[in-house]
Amino acid sequence: MEAINNLLGGSAVPDVLFYVFAAFTLLCGVLVIANPFSRNPVTSAMFLVLTIISMAGLFVLLHAFFLAAVQILVYAGAVIVLFLFVIMLLDLKEEQRRRIKMFGIVAGLISVGTILAIFLKSLNATNLNAQSSPTIEGGTAALGKLLFTQYVLPFEVVSVLLLVAMIGVILLSKKDLK
Amino acid sequence: MHVGLEQYLTVSFLLFSLGLLGVIMRRNLLVIYMSLELMLNAANLALVAFSRFNNNLNGQILVFFIITVAAAEVSVGLALIVALYRKRQTAHVEDLTSMKL
Repeated sequence: MEAINNLLGGSAVPDVLFYVFAAFTLLCGVLVIANPFSRNPVTSAMFLVLTIISMAGLFVLLHAFFLAAVQILVYAGAVIVLFLFVIMLLDLKEEQRRRIKMFGIVAGLISVGTILAIFLKSLNATNLNAQSSPTIEGGTAALGKLLFTQYVLPFEVVSVLLLVAMIGVILLSKKDLK
Repeated sequence: MHVGLEQYLTVSFLLFSLGLLGVIMRRNLLVIYMSLELMLNAANLALVAFSRFNNNLNGQILVFFIITVAAAEVSVGLALIVALYRKRQTAHVEDLTSMKL
């Protein structure tokens, strides 16, 4: 932690690291959805792992150390393994290169353009209230203290949600669904 | 150029657009699901950036809950895909049109 703080202390190094991680995140994100070399879902899952790991790097640059660890543990460790399990289980053939429908392209461009317009307008119109030299640290102690005092009720509700999800998954994966 | 909130929000926006394009243009259910994860991650990045630059930890707590709920959602969704595959032997959205009017 001390070493990371020292590394993040200067102003030039984190900025360069931000651009490196951001570019890597976006590059791998593009390769998740549109890989020119392979249509195999396994490749997409592998690039999703890289996206998530470089995003954890962005979290570290934002001093959210706990969330960076959780991101790698839960996403790269659990979610992607689940994805890979299901892909291997289903034994999918490679997606044939069907003709991309005009409708898909038009709908995609319209929705992205709409979001872009909203994004630019809100970025210009609102005062983001951003501080130039933030001091907050998202360490385990600070987050844990908040989680078990102010947010203890949502925490318990989430545990119930996980239980419900587990029961649902067991029911869904039974052989004879009634 | 000094990296501030705007740069992080731009990355988040671009990642969200990528996820949206993936959901709309890809046909494989599993890849669509991965694109959904990408969109969730983009929202997480925006929340963490806002939390950092507003000196307020509440955003990071929200991201923690989002990650938990996303994990539950993925498990249920993948179980649904497996159940669907057992019945229909396909994971392509174009072959799953029985609800079409």
